[in-house]
Amino acid sequence: MAKILLEMRNITKTFPGVKALDNVNFKVEEGEIHALVGENGAGKSTLMNVLSGIYPYGTYEGDIVYDGNVCQFHNIKDSEKLGIVIIHQELALVPEMTIGENMYLGNERGHKLAIDWNTTYSEADKYLKMVGLSESSKVQVKNIGTGKQQLVEIAKALAKKARLLILDEPTSSLNEEDSRALLDLMLEFKKQGMTMIIISHKLNEVAYVADTITVVRDGATIETIDNHGTEQVSEERIIKGMVGREMTNRFPKREGVTIGDVQLEINNWTVHHPLYPERKVVDDVSMYVRKGEVVGIYGLMGAGRTELAMSIFGQSYGTNISGEMKIDGKPVKMKKSEADAIKHKIAYVTEDRKGNGLVLSQSIKVNTSLAHLDAISSHTVIDGDKEYAVAEEYRDKLKIKTPTVEQLVGNLSGGNQQKVLLAKWMFAEPDIMLLDEPTRGIDVGAKYEIYCIINDLAAAGKSVVMISSELPEVLGMSDRIYIMNEGKFVGEMKAEEATQESIMAVILQSGRGA
Amino acid sequence: MEGKVINQSNIRKADPVSMLKKNAMLIILILVFIFFTIMTNGRMFKPTSFASLINQNAYVYILGCGMLMCMLTGGNIDLSCGAFVCLLGAIGGMMMVIWGWSTGVSLVAMLLVGIIYGCGLGALIAYVRVPPWIATLAGYLAFRGLGTSILSVSITNSISFKDKPDFLNIFSGVLFKTPEGQLNVPCMIVGIVAALLVVLLIFKNRLTRLKKGYEVDTIGMDIVKSVLGAAVILLVMFKLAYAGGIPTVLLWVAAVVLFYAFITSKTTIGRHFYVVGGNIEAARLSGVNTKKIMFIAYLNMAILTAISAMTVVSRYTAANADAGKNFEMDAISACVVGGVSASGGAGSVLGMVIGATLIGVINLGMFQINLDANYQRVVKGFVLLAAVVFDILSKKKQR
Repeated sequence: MAKILLEMRNITKTFPGVKALDNVNFKVEEGEIHALVGENGAGKSTLMNVLSGIYPYGTYEGDIVYDGNVCQFHNIKDSEKLGIVIIHQELALVPEMTIGENMYLGNERGHKLAIDWNTTYSEADKYLKMVGLSESSKVQVKNIGTGKQQLVEIAKALAKKARLLILDEPTSSLNEEDSRALLDLMLEFKKQGMTMIIISHKLNEVAYVADTITVVRDGATIETIDNHGTEQVSEERIIKGMVGREMTNRFPKREGVTIGDVQLEINNWTVHHPLYPERKVVDDVSMYVRKGEVVGIYGLMGAGRTELAMSIFGQSYGTNISGEMKIDGKPVKMKKSEADAIKHKIAYVTEDRKGNGLVLSQSIKVNTSLAHLDAISSHTVIDGDKEYAVAEEYRDKLKIKTPTVEQLVGNLSGGNQQKVLLAKWMFAEPDIMLLDEPTRGIDVGAKYEIYCIINDLAAAGKSVVMISSELPEVLGMSDRIYIMNEGKFVGEMKAEEATQESIMAVILQSGRGA
Repeated sequence: MEGKVINQSNIRKADPVSMLKKNAMLIILILVFIFFTIMTNGRMFKPTSFASLINQNAYVYILGCGMLMCMLTGGNIDLSCGAFVCLLGAIGGMMMVIWGWSTGVSLVAMLLVGIIYGCGLGALIAYVRVPPWIATLAGYLAFRGLGTSILSVSITNSISFKDKPDFLNIFSGVLFKTPEGQLNVPCMIVGIVAALLVVLLIFKNRLTRLKKGYEVDTIGMDIVKSVLGAAVILLVMFKLAYAGGIPTVLLWVAAVVLFYAFITSKTTIGRHFYVVGGNIEAARLSGVNTKKIMFIAYLNMAILTAISAMTVVSRYTAANADAGKNFEMDAISACVVGGVSASGGAGSVLGMVIGATLIGVINLGMFQINLDANYQRVVKGFVLLAAVVFDILSKKKQR
């Protein structure tokens, strides 16, 4: 057996209100490619952030043993010194700078006072060759494609003398061809003795490249699957580990709901990327929702789900949107305006509550009334009493835990913030609610409460579209499920007929077909 | 639910530390005022000091309201307002004095020029997305030059409004004028009525909140608030009553300040300013027309600059090439010292008024103790910095 290069022992990391990692044990052998798989929010990225020192020593419990020594990393520099280099999912390159400048950003060549550009560029070129790039390092990053940018990231990591390279979703923004090239490059590095950890949602890639696969679920390592053999481990086998959890009582029963007429219908809906208009983000999607129905849209990150929902919501995302929209059977021409969408009684509850959902520096009261200020004001003068009463009403209804509705939203826990976000949109009195990852990053108890709220919405005759990348949630909450992959709807199932395996199989098939 | 409300105590607990923090600038203002009163052997407390505080700082309060609205949208500022005051003064002088237009027509025309500039500036910033400080830097550079070239019709580079008493009366006159040193009765009556109104409002608000079962401050806090509010009004009016009467510019300032206090705290549009500055994406996705808000912020600023220009020209009875110099910095300082967030989304008109008054008192005090003008600038710089550092530190502790 090969030498263990890295061992993480009993790692526990808690965020206020959430245990992100619970007693995780994780071992990586020298010279292997080790895959870390799990659903969104399972704790993979948190684990890697602990490893690389982004969460410094002391903010977590447990030990990191690297190369036989117990390590205490206080920041990224500490871990990089030992050759642990992480490449994040979002490319962290400065578009206006050259490849060479980017590669040595924060790690400049030369002495203290002056950068030695000759060394910089000649060394950069050397590493670029290693990753198979023929570009000169003097080219600006904005002038090369995303595939090549990802390779630049790897070259940058190599320039840091990486011994243990961590790649977080390295292929998420790449097409099939670039992805395959990247994976082959990883195998090439392995031959040269590099150790790598890859985090990926794309299980076929994982099965192709990894020697060992560790499955993370709910902040714990569930199992480690050996993939050294000549026979590749089956994707189904990995999925089982990823999703195989107890399903009893995690989802409240929906009772007394009658499903009515079709409320929202879109046909041949196509949305283009706002910055790269030639790219289709949503491709020829047709769907409908009935009153009182909860429709799940399942897909992995980057499948185009958020973009679909936002493009329906007053074209708040995308350009060149084409297709037909019908509300209550009547064709609707919606303006490029969120206010117009609200007028058409559509609500979009964002997946990113802190980024574009809530005003954290304002109170619960202000956030609750924000999307429907007209209802509590006359001639644009806000009726403070009415506003207070509304906020109190929703605090009661949604069981928002707070001493007062004057509390700043930024001081609430994730679950309560999510409830405020829902309160805002419920107060806007929509008929159609597009819920984007309504339970992201909140704990199990709060999730249950959110599910109850969703059931109440359906019971009140609202049409609910629930976007989620958590399979059990989609299965447990939906009446009907659309499956989305790479901008297209690749399947539609009744909830009774769907299983986790069958949904994953649809996605895998569509991926292979492409 | 009703049972819960009854059981719950609706009296907000008095928390001395947070009370102190919340009103720190007000307390500092009072302390600074006392300090200068002692340092000047009581000269600071004389009626003339109160009159000059108001006359000298009127433009800060007016521009401060506009700057506040800009800063609320995300820490955006207007660098051009000072130079625009100069240009508008020159235009006003041209119209009123050189061309002999009537006062009314000239004032409307000045306002129109402000509106036109505001629309252009607002469109550039909101729709063309020119960063505000660059868009307004252009005006900062251009307007004084333009204004001075207009003023060059006069050999002194200055147009005098001496012969326009109707104009001067509107902006720098005195209501119910009496000789200095004599108690001005109407002035006192206005003060008493205003003070009573403030007390009445506080307690009416308290009663309605109690009736509806909402949270209220302790009765002690409300008494302190009313006494303080009434005392400040009575003191100022009492002093003004001995300084000859109510300066008309005070009415302009009061109207503007009250209007913007109302807009920011009670109206949907005011709310939109706060949420755009707090999280522009969340505002947009909640149906707020964020571009319109940015547009209005700068249009509004230009209109207030026009009003400010009128008061300034009137105060100096002349349009000068130097008019409005550093006004933009004074307005920004007033906001920042008054706790308006430099990154937007937080701040109040009352805070800005306290900030402006604090700076005004320091200026006057330093002048009265004959501090060297160069050192005065040094002190002002440090006051500004101290206010921001204080603001950041006190916010850090809340987390």
